[in-house]
Amino acid sequence: MNRKMILSAPLALTLVFSAAPLWAQYEPVGEWAPRFHEDQPERIPGPDIGDYLGLPITDAARLRGDSWDASLLTLPEHQCKPHPSDYGVRGPANLRIWKEVDTDSQKVIAYHTHISWQAPERTIWMDGRPHPPEYAAHTWQGFSTGKWEGDMLTVTTTHLKIGWIRRNGIPRSDRATVTEHFIRHGEFLTDAVIITDPVYLTEPFIRTTDWQADPRQAIAPYPCEAVVEIDRPLGAVPHHLPGTNAFLKEFPERYGVPEQAARGGAETMYPEYRLKMATQK
Amino acid sequence: MQMKLFFGSIATLALGVGIVCAQQNQNFDNVEVHVLPVQGNVYMLVGAGGNITVQAGKEGVLLVDTSFAPMAAKVSAAIKTISDRPLRYIINTHAHGDHTGGNEALAKTGSIIAGGNFAGTTTDIGNSASIIAHERVQQRMSDQKPALAFGMLPTDTYFTAKKELFFNGEAIQILHQPAAHTDGDSIVFFRRSDVISTGDIFTPGGYPVVDLERGGSINGLLDSLNRIIDMTVPADKQEGGTYVIPGHGRLCDEADVVEYRDMATIIRDRIRDMVFKGMTLEQVRAAKPTRDYDPLYGATTGFWTTDKFVEAVYKSLSPKK
Repeated sequence: MNRKMILSAPLALTLVFSAAPLWAQYEPVGEWAPRFHEDQPERIPGPDIGDYLGLPITDAARLRGDSWDASLLTLPEHQCKPHPSDYGVRGPANLRIWKEVDTDSQKVIAYHTHISWQAPERTIWMDGRPHPPEYAAHTWQGFSTGKWEGDMLTVTTTHLKIGWIRRNGIPRSDRATVTEHFIRHGEFLTDAVIITDPVYLTEPFIRTTDWQADPRQAIAPYPCEAVVEIDRPLGAVPHHLPGTNAFLKEFPERYGVPEQAARGGAETMYPEYRLKMATQK
Repeated sequence: MQMKLFFGSIATLALGVGIVCAQQNQNFDNVEVHVLPVQGNVYMLVGAGGNITVQAGKEGVLLVDTSFAPMAAKVSAAIKTISDRPLRYIINTHAHGDHTGGNEALAKTGSIIAGGNFAGTTTDIGNSASIIAHERVQQRMSDQKPALAFGMLPTDTYFTAKKELFFNGEAIQILHQPAAHTDGDSIVFFRRSDVISTGDIFTPGGYPVVDLERGGSINGLLDSLNRIIDMTVPADKQEGGTYVIPGHGRLCDEADVVEYRDMATIIRDRIRDMVFKGMTLEQVRAAKPTRDYDPLYGATTGFWTTDKFVEAVYKSLSPKK
């Protein structure tokens, strides 16, 4: 080792250590395959009509559900709607997460997500930008910003279009704010979604969804083309008039759930409600 | 836009008490005008009163609606941040003063496109922008008491189903929507920019205002919403594509209009069923046919309350005596 090399070694070491991250979060980046051990009947076959159990809904939300007719989804203008970001993780949600990094500073600008069903893509901004003003357009995925809390990525989403909390007509308003916590444990990823909706919920609604890392996953494209499935008069909107939806009784009858419990409400979220159910018909 | 602003502005005018009263009820001093680029040549101005659509290019500036009269200076300043070209056209979507109040003051800042030896040869022609509207708008504004200044009135009316312009390299269709919010409604379609300006046919911050006194009807309003849905083409994921600037409220696209159309149709169907059953207005109100949508669109104070909306739909559907 000559003298020049000896002198430059400390400098090189300094550069190596200063370039290394002092601390890094447990990245959620990767290909993730959904696990359906939670809520499979609701998430894949779909919820029963009139099943509002476990949802902290208002009376207004309940009537929206009672009036909902699945034929609505046959209208061309309804056919290609993706799930909004607070629901999209519940469906056939093969998930890809990748990050966008500023080349110069190597800081993370954003995380992006892609979900298999209807292929919605979403951006979670990590650069501290503010949320847009209220008069800006709302979107299915909303406007999301994220921050690290330890190893947990916490995401706040606003500017969502009017969406749904359960796929049987229970709505979520466009005034809702959604908080998510992405938590990675090795090859497993959990997204805890907390929906706060001053319009249709009486208290925040929380649910978790899990994935397992799947490096071999390849997500297929999901093109959608709306077609006229049923020839209807222009402007017809399928729905049930109040008090006429005969399908509402099917869920409690099939599962032996008391009718009162099937109507949902905040108390039906909590374990102690089972004691009350035992006294109901 | 705040809900208070929405109802305060839209409603006072729908009552028919006119611009004077509306101005007395609102303090515009602290109201800011915000500019939101939409797409192509089109921008949306948001402040007090109705939304204003701006289309700008080499040939000048075109406005759809003009908000309240006291907002004119702020609106003019906002336009200058988009273009320094002259204001050429104003299109009024309907007669209410929260959309027409700035007509005179803003028109005076512009000039019509006049060619050859004509321009500048007279003192009172060509020194202000054209104000285009359906003829029912001019008639409604002319009938207003106290009388409006002559310079407030549309200068260029049409009485057919549509009027067309080609301005700033873009085809613009002005489409009359009979008996909707009023009897003189126009929707304006910027074909190249792919933006529709709807006026108060579409107001996603509250229930639709059906101005029965000025020839509005719930079925005409629904026909108009369905026409907008027919004209809009969403991009991928049923989002974006054709953008929709509502009369009041945030920038929207087809999916937002669909949600609003669904709501208005479902409520219309419920009240129509009650009318068929012979229920009185009081019985219909007591049945609360809007209760699932009230937390989103309803109001218990201000001019356009939920009760007023139900009454307007009921009367619109009831057989005429």
